[in-house]
Amino acid sequence: MSKPDGPGFVRRVTGKLGRAPEPQVDEDLWASIQLARHAERPYTLDYINRICSDFEEMHGDRLFGDDPAMVAGFGRFNGRPVAIVGQQKGRDTNERTYRNFGMASPEGYRKSMRVMEIANRLGIPVITLIDTPGAFPGASAEERGQGGAISRSMQLMWRLDVPVIAVVIGEGSSGGALGLGIADKVLMLENSTYSVISPEGASAILWRDASQAKQAAQAFKPTAANCYRWGVADAVVPEPAGGAHTDYDQAAAILGQYLERTLVELEALTPAERRTARRDRFRRLGPLRDPENGMAMVSGRDTPPPG
Amino acid sequence: MSRVGRNINVSFERLRHLGHRQDRPRRIASDAGTCPKCDSHYSADEMRRNMRVCPACGHHFAVTARERLEQLGEPGGYTELWPDLRAADPLQFTDLKPYVERIRDAESSTGMGEAIVCAELEIRHVPCVAAIMDFSFMGGSMGAVVGEKFARACEYAAQKGVPFVVLSSSGGARMQEGTLALMQMAKTVIALDALADARVPVIVILAHPTTGGVWASFASLGDVTYAEPGALIAFSGPRVIEETTREVLPSDFGRAERQLANGQVDAVVDRRELAARIGRVLAILAPPPGQAAQGGGSLQWAQDAAGGVGRAAQSFPEAARKAINKILPSSGDDTEGGK
Repeated sequence: MSKPDGPGFVRRVTGKLGRAPEPQVDEDLWASIQLARHAERPYTLDYINRICSDFEEMHGDRLFGDDPAMVAGFGRFNGRPVAIVGQQKGRDTNERTYRNFGMASPEGYRKSMRVMEIANRLGIPVITLIDTPGAFPGASAEERGQGGAISRSMQLMWRLDVPVIAVVIGEGSSGGALGLGIADKVLMLENSTYSVISPEGASAILWRDASQAKQAAQAFKPTAANCYRWGVADAVVPEPAGGAHTDYDQAAAILGQYLERTLVELEALTPAERRTARRDRFRRLGPLRDPENGMAMVSGRDTPPPG
Repeated sequence: MSRVGRNINVSFERLRHLGHRQDRPRRIASDAGTCPKCDSHYSADEMRRNMRVCPACGHHFAVTARERLEQLGEPGGYTELWPDLRAADPLQFTDLKPYVERIRDAESSTGMGEAIVCAELEIRHVPCVAAIMDFSFMGGSMGAVVGEKFARACEYAAQKGVPFVVLSSSGGARMQEGTLALMQMAKTVIALDALADARVPVIVILAHPTTGGVWASFASLGDVTYAEPGALIAFSGPRVIEETTREVLPSDFGRAERQLANGQVDAVVDRRELAARIGRVLAILAPPPGQAAQGGGSLQWAQDAAGGVGRAAQSFPEAARKAINKILPSSGDDTEGGK
């Protein structure tokens, strides 16, 4: 029995006063979320430079400017041409500021759309690497249409005839992540997250207290394994023991194997088959209760990710 | 012991909830009150007749989805679609309160099943399908039900070959459904393309507020986009921007009038003019009913229309044609040259 001043006592008393008892925090889940944003984690260009034998980076959206928070270009992957786009974070303070912490502005999405349009015209598959705390929340971004840039990027990705693969390599938060997320197959690295909002943002909004990030993360459970169960991710890509930051080369090599296998699978389909499957994939997501169709419409899987 | 605690907890909640419900109908049934902008007093009836716009200063108050449908269409002239879809709780989500409780509270305080009402109606005699959001139901947030009803409405309008009218009023994705709520952005954007394939126009009306994942998905993809005066239209709200970037924002940041100047909307339209304005643009853009059904039908309509233009040009009076040719010497005699 706990003493009157023990935690159990406090829980019983606060429970009686009408506050829900604090849920248990799963430390493994929190550790995984911290790994997704580890300061040493490989970023978009780290993967591109290891996966591609050549990479020609493109700059500018031809409308306003160039956004260093978004990398876009063409490279050779296992002998075939690919277009790769993704948010880019910075390693040190200067680079972080230059890359705007991986928070893209409308110009970033428009640059990436420019590259995807070229890829589609030339029949080159598209790979996106997602790693962002969200799209840039700034007055300038709003004035230039941040909302429309993200929605049009999603619309374009859905319309592409070429194979499209999205990979969440680190932190995939909010519409800023989904703006690069409409794909035939969505892969997630083992310690990556895909969430409607960052744990800190959720904590400030839902708990009205920025220090409840752990609890918010616990409620959202945005891990790769859960996203696989929900049907949001199609595969979970293993990382080297201890996390991707321990061995960049091995992390990139494993990702390369998964990308190759997925590309071969997608290349066997016609553009029409891919687009139908791409539409249906997103159309199914989101369980709800529909009395006309018996009971719940359930998306997702009961099995844990293989491997 | 803990069970007793929980019972006390529940009845305490109930009590608070009952208190809440007691002022609620008073506000909705009578709506008499004072305008927060100009302090003028108004009666309930006046307010309703004036479409919940302050008669003195033009301040636009919030409107429920069903009242919106009455305002846009003929009185009582709409058929609601899929009213029975209800949210599930895929994450068993709890923040300060369990999600299931939030849903139950929203249902009882609004009398609605979800944050969107889809309906078939006529706006100024043009048949269309409408999807109207309601901010009073959990901040108009988009979860799986909103996404599903929106997508079904797109598919239904496309199948019928009628225009699609969307009214947004939402804080964004519904946090309590987590990543699966985020995915509704993708679902709605893709569903809109059914209308593109059917060649029917999409009219979006941005009401206060349209922010986050709703602005960054279907709400920013209208063919014609109107905003209500004073509506906040933004991906990130002013508070988030000020906290993240330490910028000091102007008081009209993200407001409809400023977003018009930014090139983000086609017009700011007073609510009292809205139905007439939609009716007018639909009369121009919307094909005659029944002729724009999927695929071939709509293409046929487009070809007929194009042919009509050609024929009209050919039957143009000779004198007028000569006069035009004088002004545009390079256009020659080829009446189809403009194609």
